Amino acid sequence: MTDHPLSKAALPGLAARYRAESRFKNYGKIAVIFSLAFLSFLIVGIGFKGVGAFVKTEVRLEVSQELIAEYGDDSFTLLRKTVLYNFPDAKGRSGRKAAYNMVAAGAEETLAEKLSMMEGSPSKFDLWLPTSDDVDIARKDGLTEEVLNRFPEVQRAWLISLDKQERFRTRFNVGFLTNGDSRDAERAGIGGALMGSIFTLLVCLVFSFTIGILAAIYLEEFAPKNKFTTFLEININNLATVPSIIFGLLGLAVFLNVFGMPRSSSLAGGMVLALMTLPTIIISSRVSLQAVPPSIKEAALGIGASHVQAVFHHALPLALPGMLTGTILGMSRALGETAPLMMIGMVAFIADAPTSFTDPASALPVQVFLWSDSPERAFAEKTAGAILVLLVFLVLMNLTAIILRKRLEKKW
Amino acid sequence: MRQSLTIDRTTSGRKHVAEGAIKLLLLASAAIAVLVTVGIVFSLIVESVRFFSEVSVFDFLFGMEWNPQTAMRSDQVGSSGAFGAVPLFVGTFLISLLALSVACPFGVFSAIYLAEYAGERRRAIIKPILEIIAGVPTVVYGFFAALVIAPALRGFGATIGLDVASESALAAGLVMGVMIIPLISSISDDVITAVPSTLREGSLGLGATESETIRRVVLPAALPGIAGGIMLAASRAIGETMIVVMAAGLTANLTFNPLEAVTTVTVQIVMLLTGDQEFDSAKTLAAFALGLALFIITLILNIGGNWVVNRNREVYD
Repeated sequence: MTDHPLSKAALPGLAARYRAESRFKNYGKIAVIFSLAFLSFLIVGIGFKGVGAFVKTEVRLEVSQELIAEYGDDSFTLLRKTVLYNFPDAKGRSGRKAAYNMVAAGAEETLAEKLSMMEGSPSKFDLWLPTSDDVDIARKDGLTEEVLNRFPEVQRAWLISLDKQERFRTRFNVGFLTNGDSRDAERAGIGGALMGSIFTLLVCLVFSFTIGILAAIYLEEFAPKNKFTTFLEININNLATVPSIIFGLLGLAVFLNVFGMPRSSSLAGGMVLALMTLPTIIISSRVSLQAVPPSIKEAALGIGASHVQAVFHHALPLALPGMLTGTILGMSRALGETAPLMMIGMVAFIADAPTSFTDPASALPVQVFLWSDSPERAFAEKTAGAILVLLVFLVLMNLTAIILRKRLEKKW
Repeated sequence: MRQSLTIDRTTSGRKHVAEGAIKLLLLASAAIAVLVTVGIVFSLIVESVRFFSEVSVFDFLFGMEWNPQTAMRSDQVGSSGAFGAVPLFVGTFLISLLALSVACPFGVFSAIYLAEYAGERRRAIIKPILEIIAGVPTVVYGFFAALVIAPALRGFGATIGLDVASESALAAGLVMGVMIIPLISSISDDVITAVPSTLREGSLGLGATESETIRRVVLPAALPGIAGGIMLAASRAIGETMIVVMAAGLTANLTFNPLEAVTTVTVQIVMLLTGDQEFDSAKTLAAFALGLALFIITLILNIGGNWVVNRNREVYD
């Protein structure tokens, strides 16, 4: 009796071929899983590191009325005296310095604020003051032996006793979201960079949205089919793939050196980003114009509308949601862009938030870059925190685009 | 009756002028896109010509030493600096090659899985997540590469007795590779899906397994398109700035060893232009010469890549 023609015996190597099949399929799965794992590793890692930036440690110190009476009008000296009053075993220059280093630079502002708001004059009262970044990071790391070894002997003892007496607490760090940049990690915030990014994106939006949509209307509705139009199209498609740093060079050579725009300003930055996002917006706007059925325009033309009227009164309103979606996606790309802004000088240390479009400004991703360069441990946390804020904005923008698309999408 | 007609004519005449103006405005907006290209090419060339009047083109393109120092005083020793860009080109090439060697296998296999094996529902979930990888700002990848990947590689190297530089080309290349996976996978996915199902069915009907069909029929048909996608990805890698600024080295080092620190064209452009200096020195002009080189290389890769991808698409349409 012979084997069935399709049995395993008649098809030698079939088992091996099936094994190869499942192996091959697994390669594909592994590739996908690798990408997903990397992404989650990235987000979770930065999330863990950055969450600390949103909280700060405060320490409870006792303020005595005697000191207020003596130094009340000079909050800086009062703070120093108060610190020494709370750490009576701080002896010598190094001891005093260690004591001062327990509280944050700028803690005197909290003290002065409290004094100005206080009614009556109790002989002594407790006050929560922000700690220095070293103490803050140590407490977030957990006050283990290894962490404590980072501190000089005298501070180690204070940290342990303060922790035992529960004179530390954790509070939401409002300053991180509102303050400008600072050399002191405990005072540095993303407020200035956030304002800079908003100003820059506003400029970018105004230029790229108006020019992008008008250009898309021309190319889609009015352009004659000739060599110039073809050249325009090829040109725009190629611009979309030019490295972003090249746009920075263009901004430096033309906007700054020829037009004399102020260096580091959000005006120049926004215009550079506008040129960069322009091709993206033109391409997506054309797609949404194409999606409007020609019958609508033809109906308008049929009852006597001119070509311009048919496009602006009928096709454009229907295509606008799609154009907005494309614009939001373009803006989210512009928000994360760093290199071109660095070319026009937006990498300088800028402590104050910009108040106009010509003020020197920073931007969120540039702030990330600047902080990532700092050797201090506290700045690594700030960097990750700033990245989290940046990612939240990106997610919000992309979600808006997706919801807009879903909600306004019309099936013809 | 007659009166209303004349009114009509004047309004329509005014309308005509207004419409002409609108059309002109539209044309002008479209022309701005061309103006940008002209501006890029013009500014890069003008500044590069000024640079090449001080440093010869030959020294720039074939010089082995990159040391862009401009002297404080003109009589200072070594005041001219060295502007040989070969170490930068090699560094850029090395990091891009590392990135592609990560992105190609993972990108292509992801695309095969998504196009041939994953069902509709999985595809609908996985594809947007892959797109997120491309949407994360590069400064985030740079931070991640410098803070997590580079120390990890260094530690790993130390345990197996290898000396890995803290700003090794490998760290920057690996992270950049992950960044361009979605680019390769989405283009490959498009190309693979465009292969007509008749080819697939023919092969399956002859008794080939799915993987045999993919390897012997689908991939050969899709290969030109995938190659085009890889060219576009290479252009992205070469022009990428933030990852290398944050994770790769700053000093020029002519080596092909991925464990050492190398610098790239984009890093040097940033280095040359982010200090406080006069605009006319050879140092700042050199950035524009590097920019011109970068622009030309990426343009060739992009035009070539797009041409290959589009041509491949037409074959089966």
